[in-house]
Amino acid sequence: MTPGGLFARLVAALGGLGGLRRNRERRQAELHQILPPGKRQFDAVRSEEQGRGREAAPPPELDETGDPRAELYVALLLIAAAVAFVGFVVFYVVSEDTQLLGLSIGIGLVLAGVAAALAGKRVVIQEKTTDEYVAYGDREERREVANHLVEGKVGVTRRKLLFSSLAAVGAALGAAAVVPIASLGPRVGEKVYETPWSAGKRVVDERGEPIALDTLSPGEFITGFPAGESKEEIGSALMIVRLETDELELPADRADSAPGGYVAYSKICTHAGCAVSLFRYPTFDETQPGPALVCPCHYSTFNPADGGKVLFGPAGRPLPQLPLRAGADGSLEAAGGFYEPIGPSYGGIREDPGAKPL
Amino acid sequence: MIRRTVAALDQRLGAAHPLKRTLRYVFPDHWTFMLGEIAMYCFVVLVATGIFLTFWYVPSDAKLQYTGSYVPLQGTSMTESFASVMHISFDVPAGLLVRQTHHWAADVFIVAIVLHLVRILLTGAYRKPRELNYWLGVTMLGLAILEGFLGYSLVDDLLSGMGLAIAYAVAMSVPFLGGQLAFLVWNGEFPGSSSLWPRLEILHVFLIPMAIATLLALHLAQIVRQHHTQFPEEGSERVVRGTPAWPGYTFRSLGLFLIVAGVLFLLGGLVQINPIWEWGPYEPYLSTNGAQPDWYVGWLIGALRLMPPLEVVIGDYTVVPNPFWGGALFPAVVFGLLYAWPPLARRLRLDDHREHNLLDRPRDNPKRTALIVAFLVWVFAIFAAGATDRFYFRSFISYEGQVWFFRAFALLVPFLAYFVTKRVCKELRAREEHPLRGWRGTVIERNDQLGFEPARKDSA
Amino acid sequence: MKRLRVLIPVALLAASISLLALEASAKTAGEGSASTPPSSQFALGRAPESAGRGLFVQGCSSCHGFEGEGVKGAGPSLVGAGEQAADFYLRTGRMPLDRPSEEPIRTPSPYKPAQIRALVAYVGSLGGPPIPEVHPEDGDLAEGQKLFTENCAGCHQIVGRGGILPGAVVPDLGAASALDVAEAVRVGPYVMPSFDHLDQSEVDDLAAYVEYTHDPEDKGGWAIGHIGPIPEGMVAWLLAGVALLFTIRLIGERTTR
Repeated sequence: MTPGGLFARLVAALGGLGGLRRNRERRQAELHQILPPGKRQFDAVRSEEQGRGREAAPPPELDETGDPRAELYVALLLIAAAVAFVGFVVFYVVSEDTQLLGLSIGIGLVLAGVAAALAGKRVVIQEKTTDEYVAYGDREERREVANHLVEGKVGVTRRKLLFSSLAAVGAALGAAAVVPIASLGPRVGEKVYETPWSAGKRVVDERGEPIALDTLSPGEFITGFPAGESKEEIGSALMIVRLETDELELPADRADSAPGGYVAYSKICTHAGCAVSLFRYPTFDETQPGPALVCPCHYSTFNPADGGKVLFGPAGRPLPQLPLRAGADGSLEAAGGFYEPIGPSYGGIREDPGAKPL
Repeated sequence: MIRRTVAALDQRLGAAHPLKRTLRYVFPDHWTFMLGEIAMYCFVVLVATGIFLTFWYVPSDAKLQYTGSYVPLQGTSMTESFASVMHISFDVPAGLLVRQTHHWAADVFIVAIVLHLVRILLTGAYRKPRELNYWLGVTMLGLAILEGFLGYSLVDDLLSGMGLAIAYAVAMSVPFLGGQLAFLVWNGEFPGSSSLWPRLEILHVFLIPMAIATLLALHLAQIVRQHHTQFPEEGSERVVRGTPAWPGYTFRSLGLFLIVAGVLFLLGGLVQINPIWEWGPYEPYLSTNGAQPDWYVGWLIGALRLMPPLEVVIGDYTVVPNPFWGGALFPAVVFGLLYAWPPLARRLRLDDHREHNLLDRPRDNPKRTALIVAFLVWVFAIFAAGATDRFYFRSFISYEGQVWFFRAFALLVPFLAYFVTKRVCKELRAREEHPLRGWRGTVIERNDQLGFEPARKDSA
Repeated sequence: MKRLRVLIPVALLAASISLLALEASAKTAGEGSASTPPSSQFALGRAPESAGRGLFVQGCSSCHGFEGEGVKGAGPSLVGAGEQAADFYLRTGRMPLDRPSEEPIRTPSPYKPAQIRALVAYVGSLGGPPIPEVHPEDGDLAEGQKLFTENCAGCHQIVGRGGILPGAVVPDLGAASALDVAEAVRVGPYVMPSFDHLDQSEVDDLAAYVEYTHDPEDKGGWAIGHIGPIPEGMVAWLLAGVALLFTIRLIGERTTR
């Protein structure tokens, strides 16, 4: 079958899609139809009853005629492959170029492979032989096996007692074997709610410099960390964003969490834990989309103006806000812990009552 | 010389009989039967190149400042894991070639497995008595996907680090068990402690390759024991016909192995893959737009992006966090259907309960083929949802709009695919002289007395 | 027909390569329509500011007002935007914009360079920062990669190939000059935030890095677009997959008719 023919059939098939229901009706009618003379009817059956495949397979074949030209090609290919492999060795010694190394060994292998395949199809004898499929399954043997297994019970009187004690020890041993898996890690417990942030903790940038109230203008963001703590803990990193004070729509109980329009959010997405590193801020909010913190993994979008609520995307919890206040020296510091637990959800994520600003 | 070697082996090990059977073993010749071999040879290349890489890779999250030869990362703080892979890429002779070949081999390994799986499904090779072998194969597919994910995550670059964070979230999202499960695997909260990296390494370098190799050996052993299936032209339910292992098939298979290795090394040298020096090292507070997992994990990112923000909360307890739907339930359903397929196909009356050593052409069982195609199209549609960022980038369709489009697309297109495929199969069959190749029956036609008689050759 | 059997895989390979090449090409996102060129009525010869004012009135005032004071629902005030912003938007062709709701994207500017200078001078006269200095040759590449990763990669992708987010398309930086970078970073055009808190040396570092990303070190070979696993997967399927299918088709046999 040619590709062109297949395509024609595909088109015909698609064109015939409209006739779906008509076909079903037609087929049903055919079953009851009396065919006029000369009309063929095929019996299209899937089962083996009719014996798909030949009764006896075609006889084995053997073609012993050699093919000197193919042998020559094989030899030439092998020599060319050898040259390529030598080339690889030379390139390895002389140059560090990955492309030359890959090209030489790759071409060598492909040439050698073509030689081997050509040998397999043209040089060595071509045979078709047969073998038998074995129909496994011997009823007699199975019966004997079953009987032999059942013999284990003969002469054993207190079967129920032994069985139940066996079951008990099996369960206990299983538990004992499985329990050491708990050594692999700590209990999830309150660990998830522990973050390095608490009231008075100074906010610093990636280099450890404090962030002052005049560091950012509205419409800018910076990544913040707790002074002196590990930056790698997921509870550490913040997206600090400065909005215009009249853009803020924070809930009443968070009214004092944003000095000078600075709001801080956990940088770890509450969907699947990627860093929420995109900040969208309109130049002209009358025609452009509003401020948003966006995660680049699955595009969960959070509103920095109203406490991190989800605007779009699969995140099931808002982005946790960290309340800020101005420290004595005019730099930002935390006014407490996060309002909500940070990071991706798990069973107990909404349970902890303790994660409130101090 | 040959006689003497064989004699030596036979007198010590009784090798003559097994050798005789091995050398005369019959391989049916259809080209689609070689897809599994491509996968196997990719695995061989993976192990060989992987051993080289293990001699250089360091599984450690200890931090250091880069002092290697790549200028834009000079002085940058990174983990020893990342630094060791930078070292392989820039300072070990042929290191980058081996590393890239290893990564290409992983990608192509799973391409070959998927093509092989589709062939198995569409030709009905999974039917009795080969269900066990089919299940071994599906398991190897799952292990290969996990193995590949672990492999590129070991490097600790920005892209794969983001992927590990998502894996952590998916682990946490398993109802009831997830939180503790994630803490056990990571030994604490993400990004985990220093023991995470040796764990990932031992999984990737030893445990899973051993598992795959063992399953592969069982897979091959079962094929040998039961003999490979074949199409009806060549043989029958009783007799398998093909090329013997020696000399014909050995050379063809050897040729395929060398060509597979050659293609992988050509890619490894000529086409850049996972340029970690451009991504840079991972930190939990860093991310990049356009981050994608390797293609065989891409179906999951699509599912994660398409799901609406649904979390099942009862009281204070979060029973089902959001990543569960796309990251755990979806692959569980897909693999569950794959595992369940042999009995399910029987239950749906797409297959019978008999043994089959002969294969169907896909068109010979239109409903089964159509259902399989619809299933694959469904998975592919979800894959497409996660993979087509660059298309939106060029086309200016809004992201929110395309999420809705793909939700509808993934639900509706499988039905369309089902009907189109079934129709195509029926058309293809109807247009041939005989509806079934190797069909052995009698063509009958009505005679003048309204009885039936065998058709005369010359009747139209 | 036998020839077709060879041609088909070759055609498939060719199609795959062209698909990959299309994917890999670092084109800027889309092409905005160029506005009609301004008339030469405001020919230069007069003082740039007044020539600029004329051009401004003709091409910009419908959205930005006759004195640059802005028009509600159409365009923001340009008072205080300065030469910095005007130069960025005009030189990159992001302005003039056909419709206020469109995203400004890089296009060939309908204005000649002299006209742009005139417009920039005019807008600058309304107050605001001048065109910034930038010295990418003084920039530290490693610092630049670090700064870019922290501040820019989330939107622009780690090697500046651009991306998407709800509400906007983020441009590929392949055509961005050092001056473009310095201006954009301070202006924060469209929905991009500004980064005025970065000092001159940091901006130089960023500019150096962005210039580097135009042709980064591709030690591994063909970079297939520098955007990671999607083109890599396409190569695995469309190059390796097709080549290997072709191979087994030749090695194995077809069922006979």
